[in-house]
Order: sequence, then structure tokens, then C-alpha cells
Amino acid sequence: MKKLTAAMVAVAGVAFAAAASAATLDDVKAKGHIQCGVSQGLPGFSNADDSGNWTGLDVDMCRAVAAAVFGDSNAVKFTPLSAKQRFTALASGEVDILSRNTTWTMTRDTQLGLNFAGVNYYDGQGMMVPTSLGVTSALELDGANICTNTGTTTELNITDYFRANGMSFNLVAFEKADEVVAAYDAGRCDVYTTDRSGLAAQRGKLTAPDSHMVLSEIISKEPLGPVVRQGDDQWFNIVRWSLNAMINAEEMGVSSANVNNLKFDGSITPAVARLIGKEGNFGEELGLSNDWAYNILMQVGNYAESYEANVTPLGLARGVNALWSDGGILYAAPIR
Amino acid sequence: MTKSRKYVRLKDAPLLPPPATEAGVTGWLWQNIFASMTDFQSIGACVRSLFMIFFSLLLVYVFVDQTFSLMDFAIFSAVWSDPEGLKREACWTLQQGGALPDGWHGACWPFVWAKQKFAWFGPYPSEELWRVYLSFAIGIFGLIWVLVERMPFRAQVGVLMLTIYPLFAFILLTGGNSGASFTGIGVWIIAGIAVISVGRIGATGYLGAVFSSVSGVFGIVGWGIVALNVFRGVAAVDFNLTPVGTGDWGGLLITLVVALTGIVASLPLGIVLALGRRSKLPVISILCTIFIEFWRGVPLITVLFMASVMLPLFLPAGVNFDNLLRALIGVMLFSAAYMAEVVRGGLQAIDKGQYEGAQAMGLSFWQSMRLIILPQALTHVIPGIVNTFIGLFKDTTLVSIVGIFDLLGAGQSAVADAAWSTPVQAITMYLYIGIIFFIFCFGMSRYSIFMEKKLSKSRRH
Repeated sequence: MKKLTAAMVAVAGVAFAAAASAATLDDVKAKGHIQCGVSQGLPGFSNADDSGNWTGLDVDMCRAVAAAVFGDSNAVKFTPLSAKQRFTALASGEVDILSRNTTWTMTRDTQLGLNFAGVNYYDGQGMMVPTSLGVTSALELDGANICTNTGTTTELNITDYFRANGMSFNLVAFEKADEVVAAYDAGRCDVYTTDRSGLAAQRGKLTAPDSHMVLSEIISKEPLGPVVRQGDDQWFNIVRWSLNAMINAEEMGVSSANVNNLKFDGSITPAVARLIGKEGNFGEELGLSNDWAYNILMQVGNYAESYEANVTPLGLARGVNALWSDGGILYAAPIR
Repeated sequence: MTKSRKYVRLKDAPLLPPPATEAGVTGWLWQNIFASMTDFQSIGACVRSLFMIFFSLLLVYVFVDQTFSLMDFAIFSAVWSDPEGLKREACWTLQQGGALPDGWHGACWPFVWAKQKFAWFGPYPSEELWRVYLSFAIGIFGLIWVLVERMPFRAQVGVLMLTIYPLFAFILLTGGNSGASFTGIGVWIIAGIAVISVGRIGATGYLGAVFSSVSGVFGIVGWGIVALNVFRGVAAVDFNLTPVGTGDWGGLLITLVVALTGIVASLPLGIVLALGRRSKLPVISILCTIFIEFWRGVPLITVLFMASVMLPLFLPAGVNFDNLLRALIGVMLFSAAYMAEVVRGGLQAIDKGQYEGAQAMGLSFWQSMRLIILPQALTHVIPGIVNTFIGLFKDTTLVSIVGIFDLLGAGQSAVADAAWSTPVQAITMYLYIGIIFFIFCFGMSRYSIFMEKKLSKSRRH
């Protein structure tokens, strides 16, 4: 069934990629806003707050593109999408960007008529165990009961991992994240596994959060990033460089707090001058105005600001998502 | 010879009160509950009685225990307010870093209060909420007017509620100014009038006998086209309201819009389909049967998936149907098929003599249906109709799987908010949603019982 759906989406995606895309930028400008596909609620990434405003790292990605295109980070509307719906919604033109913690995999990139514009979060699957279990490594988990969600890659990853290490296990799978947490909290299983960002977000739902620990093993690579339709290079570039601008700005120390001062500062480095549009015409090359990145930084901020506002409150340190210069793997191509 | 009598009773003895086992509360209890467990005449009866006592006590215990647990969770142990704005910490135990004792288990109502706006209206812009309130208020006012018997002009208000009100609410909620071209709408209206005219001419028999018998269908279709396009026309007028797309609707608002549209549209559609299925004209009967069986044969979830996931792939690029509208149409057609079968049940319960009587009086098909058959048939199947309505109301929750935030979807999305994450977060929200659903469904059920009693006075057995 899953394969069938994927195949149909793929066929349709390829068929429509040619027709629907061509000039997403023109379409977007004509309707006056960007339609952004987000999750139905994932803390830190895309989540509606008490008054229904969308916040999160993935949401900021769309706001950044809106700021680059319109000079207004609010010129964006959000469509909450289920995991099954997301690729169809993008292929059919219902959304212009899919920014929904979507893992970049080869199948998705090559078969669905989509392009990943970059990685805005490096996630990986982790495991949580009660400290009372006395386990310090995932390799000691032979014969464990493992709680997870049904029908996700997490289920497949954990199977791969245990098979590769010659260990046996029992999978206890549930439909919803809440059920998984409740079952784990009630002691139905020894291990709770999902993406590490998810583990952090769900931790507050445990009766005694401090008596659980996340094991150091990361058993899968989950590079998450914004996705666009294949065949519209201009739009692809806008999304890719909006992300790159945020990462580069962090590296150069440009943030929403100082970007306005830098604009009138005569002594800035050439790299910063290029970023905020005082030198060169990088914006025009994208089909935007030259202050595109200035608008992103002014209204959304750099990557660190977005991360600290959204992901840090979950208790997730930067880790691999730190800049390459700070020991992480976040590395953006230079603007020049 | 006279026998001397020691005592002659001249007055009746005073009536004794009935034994405690026969009357009053004790009598009721004795007859209905204890009688079956105090029979020790034989070994078999002894065993039975003991079983009855044991299971009765067990059930009473379970019931009391569960009720108390629920009350304790929802009321006595619950956290009711969060004056300091602590969010999740207001509902945390000592172990988690909060102030509540360890092992505490109660509802976290401040979470629900904080999410109230989101659960009711979703991401609808706060400054435009008056539009939702206004359309709710008028809707409730009109509904009460129509439902309460003592009100004057009930029929007229009812017609207004079914014609002007949906248009009014639609414009108020979306902001109108849909951008549809007036020329196009005009052409549609003229086409609709043409269809009606053809039907009228056909009814005179001018176009042949077979045609004259289906001319009623032309009338219905024609009026449908005209009404729909008048609606579109008014919705295209610019009322200078901020547009709020259906993507910004959510929560209870969506639930009510989907449920009410389904309920209001399914009854007339269902009646037409039921009559069509019983028609003597094979074409109409076969078409209606195929329609009904098709929609009854697929699960609603499949319909919604097709509408929201597959349909966009078949449409030409750039043509985007509104996501909510797609779901609405799916729900409408689905519930119409169910309603048709309920109504058909009612039609079959009507004695043949009623049909023949109507014909003997010289009534046309539509007249006999309207005046004789349907009033009786629909009264028979009120429980079935309301059953379908209640089922439909609850089925609206399925739209949340296609990315529309109905009450349940909005609740689930709220549960994902880490700022409020506690072990009781999800349970509290589901309890709240359950209460709201219960209020609506129970209300519908009570009103249907009232209607049944009122309409079937002549036939009560």
C-alpha cells in the first residue's frame, strides 16, 4: 500500500513537476503569500502556540523565504499536513515549500519529483531507558521490549540495528506518540525509541523525567530539510540560499540585534557587506531584491536565534547542529 | 335462641400499609433487585442467589470505584488555575520539578483554558473572531426559534435559516469577495433557468409522455444550479471584510461546519435518492441505486483520502479546490447515501393504500409525496434519521487525518505543545473533547425523543 501510494505520487509528481512548477516565484508573487506545508504539531519544529500562531525551526524556514521574497516574514500561510499527505500536497502545487521535518533520503530525492533544498536540522534516532535498568550502552539491550510508533522509519531502523548486532528484541508499536509515551511510562517496555528531538520533546510527559536517560548511541541519520518541487531551479535556489544566509549570518556574527547597525557601519567585512546587500547584486541574481538576506535577518534572525528560540527550550543542545567552526557539521556555502 | 356473641366487629379493620417488600423504594428494590438473590428454597436457587449477590456487589463496587476515580481526576484532584503563568510546571509533581505531591494524578485544566481558543476556532485570527461569534450567535438564536414550539413564524424562520443564514455565515466567516467572475455566474444562472424551463415544458407532455414523468428531475437540477450560482454571486461581492481562508479555520468551528453541512444537505438529498431508488423508471432507479451502493460501499476515511490526496493529482495544474470544500462534499454525499436508505425504510413502511388513496384523489406524484407519504414516512424513521445525524457528527473527526483541524485534530495538535507537556496533558484534552461531543450528541438525541413523542401521539401503543 505504502509502495503503491509512493509510486502514484511519484508518477503524478513527475507529470506535474513540469507543468505546475516552471515559475513558483511568479505564482507566489501573484497570490501575495507563500503557502508552507508544516506538521500537525511537532514541538520545536512546527507547532501552533496558545493563540494558534505557528512557531518552530521549520516554520522559521518558511518565514525566512517570505522575508526574502516579500520583505515581510508574515506573508506566509501554513497548511498542516499529515505524513502521508505531504508529498502529494507539494507535487500538486497546494504548498510551495514543504518544511515538515522531512528526512532527506535517496528514494525521496530521486523518485518523487522533489528536491531537498538543504538541511536545517541533523536528527538521528535515539533510545531512552529508565536509569533503574542500569544500562549504559544500547549493546546491552538484548531481549528488550521496545516501544515505538507504527509505520515509521524508526521501526525499520531499530530492527536493522538489533539484527546487525545479533540481538533479539520485542517491538511494542503504537499509532500515536502519546500512546507510546504512556506505555513506556507505565513500564510496558524497557526502551523508548524515536528521533532524538522527539525524545526530548516527549520527556516532559513522563511521570519522573529525571529517572530516564537517553543512550549515547545514534542509530540512524535523519537530515531534515525544506523540500521544493523538482524542475524550478529559481525557487529551489531561493529556498536553499535563504537557509544558507541564516547559517552564514550566524558564522559572521550577524543577528537581528545588530544587522540594522551593520547596514550603516562603514567598517564591515566584505563578506558581511555581500550578505546584507551592500555589495554585489546577489539578490537580483535570485530574482529578488538585494536586501533579501537583510530582511531575513531583520525579521527572522540567524540560525542560532531560531534554534535558541525553538529547539533549545526542549533541552536539546546544539550538538552536531553547531557550526562547523564550533565542532558541529553545519556548513553553508559562501555568498560570493 | 340467641347465642351470645363475645365480640362482633362492626367496623373494618384499619388498612395495614403494604408490606415493605411490595411498595415504595424498598418495594422497588426488593422486587427488582433483592428478590432474585434471596431465594434459598433449593440448592440450585441457593447457588443462583449467591452468584447474584456476588456479581451485584462486584458491579456496584466497580461502578462506584470508576465513578469516583473519574470525579477525582476531573474535579477533586484537578489543577484548576495557573495564576502565575507557570504552564506545564503548574501540573508537575515534586519529582518532575513542580509543586504537586508525587503520585498526583489529576486533570490539568489550565492547559485546556490556554488552548480553548485554539480548540474552538483553530488558527482563526483573534481580531476577526467576532465574525465567528456573530455567526454562532445568530445560528443558535435561529435554531432555538425553530425548535421551540411556542415561537411564531417558525416555518418562515426555518426557511431563512436554511437559505439566507448559510450564505450570511459563509460570507462572514470567509470574508466574501471570492473573486469569481460575475459573467460566468450569470451564464450559469441562465443555463439553470433554461433547464427549469425545459422541465416545465416537459411537464405539459409536449415533449412526450416519458419525458413528462422525469420533468420533475429537471426542475430540481435547474433550481439547484440557480441557487448555487446565486450563492456564488453574493459570495463574490466585496464586503470589505478581511479574507480568512478555510486553512485558518479549525476546532469546533470546523466540526460544526462539517456536521451541519452534512446534516442539512443529507436529508433533502437522501429523500430525493430514496424516491429515485423506488422510481418505476429504470434509468433513475438504477442511477440512484448505483450512487447509494457506491457511497455505502466505501469507508468515509477512503472518501476523505481520495478527496484530499488523490483528487489534486487528477486536476489540471494550478486548479486548486479548497481542501475543506473537498472534505465537505465527500461527507455530504456519503451521509446522503445513508440517509437515503433510512428514508427508504420509512417509505416502505407506508401502506400501499396510502399511495392509492393519494392517486385516487388526483394528486400528482410530488403532491402525494409532499402531503401524504413523506410526512408519515419521515415520522416513522425519526430515530433512524437522528441516528445518522449523530453518527455523522462523530464521523467529522475523521477529517483530522487529512490535515483539517477539527475539534479532535486541534486538540491533538495542542497536546503536542511541549510548553504544557505533562503526563496528564493528553488525557485532560481528550476528556474535554469527549465532554463537548457528549453535550452535542446527547442534545440531539433528547430533541429527537421529544419530536417522536410529539409526532406519534396518534399511534402510540
